Amino acid sequence: MEERLAPGVAVARRRRVVGLGVLVAVLVAAGAASLAVGARALSPGEVWSGLSAAPDSDQRLTEIRLIVQTVRVPRTVLAIVAGVALGIGGALIQGCTRNPIADAGLLGVNSGASFAVVAAVSVFGFANPFQYVWFAFLGAAVAGVVVFGLASIGRGAGNPLTLALAGQGITVFLVAVTTAVALSDQKSLNALRFWNAGSVAGVGFDVIWPVTAFIAVGLVLALTTLPAINLLNLGDDVARGLGVNIALSRTVGIVAITLLAGAATAACGPIAFLGLMVAHVARYLTGPDYRWLVPYAGLLGAVVLLVCDVVGRVVTRPGELDAGVVVALLGAPFFAVLVWRGKFKSA
Amino acid sequence: MRRKPSKVDLVAGREATGRDAAGAGTGATAARLAARGVAVGYGGRMVIDDLDVAIPPGVITTIIGPNGCGKSTLLRTLSRLLRPAKGTVVLDGDDIVKLKTRDVAKKLGLLPQAPVAPDGLTVADLVARGRHPHQGWLRQWSSDDASVVERALAMTGVSDLAGRPVDALSGGQRQRVWISMTLAQGTDLLLLDEPTTYLDLAHAIDVLDLVDDLHESGRTVVMVLHDLNLATRYSDNLIVMRAGSILAQGHPRDVITAELLHEAFGLRAQVIDDPVGDRPLIVPIGRAHVRPGGPDPAASGENS
Repeated sequence: MEERLAPGVAVARRRRVVGLGVLVAVLVAAGAASLAVGARALSPGEVWSGLSAAPDSDQRLTEIRLIVQTVRVPRTVLAIVAGVALGIGGALIQGCTRNPIADAGLLGVNSGASFAVVAAVSVFGFANPFQYVWFAFLGAAVAGVVVFGLASIGRGAGNPLTLALAGQGITVFLVAVTTAVALSDQKSLNALRFWNAGSVAGVGFDVIWPVTAFIAVGLVLALTTLPAINLLNLGDDVARGLGVNIALSRTVGIVAITLLAGAATAACGPIAFLGLMVAHVARYLTGPDYRWLVPYAGLLGAVVLLVCDVVGRVVTRPGELDAGVVVALLGAPFFAVLVWRGKFKSA
Repeated sequence: MRRKPSKVDLVAGREATGRDAAGAGTGATAARLAARGVAVGYGGRMVIDDLDVAIPPGVITTIIGPNGCGKSTLLRTLSRLLRPAKGTVVLDGDDIVKLKTRDVAKKLGLLPQAPVAPDGLTVADLVARGRHPHQGWLRQWSSDDASVVERALAMTGVSDLAGRPVDALSGGQRQRVWISMTLAQGTDLLLLDEPTTYLDLAHAIDVLDLVDDLHESGRTVVMVLHDLNLATRYSDNLIVMRAGSILAQGHPRDVITAELLHEAFGLRAQVIDDPVGDRPLIVPIGRAHVRPGGPDPAASGENS
């Protein structure tokens, strides 16, 4: 159809497909770098032997195998999964709310998770991160449901502004309670400091697989809602005129965002700014069609989180900088340059 | 003095001879879209109370009336954007509230007032979105959709703009593109809420000529317009509203009188023959810049 309509349309489509391929290639390269780079740098050959080595190898190979299989592979997988989830969550919340500065934090996901971590430590005495991951996920989900519920009752029902205000209100409240508890309980404060940094390291597959399952469900829901989000961006009246069930589409979208961002945040801690940033870069690359924008945002999110995690392992050797910190440190100036050059469009 | 709404149905019946999609007889039954005893309001305050209207098929119906009289509210109720507190809107014999949003969208195209496209969205992409009601999980984009979109672009004269971003177009072009999207929806019932808002007179005429083309090709059009002379020129059926009720309905030649204009709008005006058309022309009389001696009292609305 595009060929017959206008040559420009076909060119734009081809560019988007090529761009998607480039992003996948960059993601593979970043993944390889993430397996090789670290406190002990590995050559590609060593990475490969580490991946394929059997448990009863010689001592040198066993060491490499342990590094690759129990440290590097899990954090690489988590960076990809969480990056995809946060990127898509960021694009989706902007589309659902028609708000170009929205990110998943708008739903109270981050503050809900922090609050739950503090509650898990101070009330139930869980000191192990593997235990409070699920509290964090529950906290994120409950915060999302409460914010969306508040925004859906009363006269402003379904209005994106109401959602933003409800999210802000809940966030302020949860942050206040979290701070109060953490300041009066040393164990909570330590857990919160550890969790709040936003890191993809130190989490095993016992956490990663279930988190990935939740994210996969969120991903499927997100993909089903893309055509409707395209229409919601023409305004509610136009969307309804074209047969969109607005309340249903928004609800599915918000549930998807809560699953994506909530699960990623539970596993990594809050990684601020990633969703917002990649959603805008994706929009700059693809234009406003969410069927393209969302896959781009997902791949970009994974690439950025992987690269930032790798950079974090290198810059403060022998120590490490958490990926969440690097995202903000590198992302903000990059973003500022794009803003300065006027590259961004409204949602 | 206010005429009773019951007159409305008679007028609708007269116009129904033009084109009858439902294949039914004459009168209100021929209308595919009708409101029966509807009351609509916002938060308890009723804007429209107990209103009956039937939209005659195959012609252009324009709703006019002073600001706040409920014109847009009526249009939004007819298009199911607003749910009436009382009464029903009937579309092809069904209560429109009970129909699925998507099923309504297959029968009735709607263009809200001053829609805004996201930055960077191309004309082709926007018009293609008009096909949404016909797509589903099993039935994605097809060559049928492509040819409908192509025809919609051609009919509105925007084929050459297909690859351009909507936000880079002029106001008149933009409105043609939005109408094109509504056409791509493939309905023969079109509801347009002030399609000429923000357009200069030349572009307004251009858009209304396009609307007339649509009706010539068999579509039923209902629109809200502010400009009385444009409404008179381009409509076959006028619905004149005041304070949430219908004051008069019918062909502009039968409806537009100095007396009615005064009653509906509180406007003093002379109604003369349109020098270039076969419809009346409204010449408003304000307080300033009117020739000394005043207008011909017999023709003005002063004595009503």
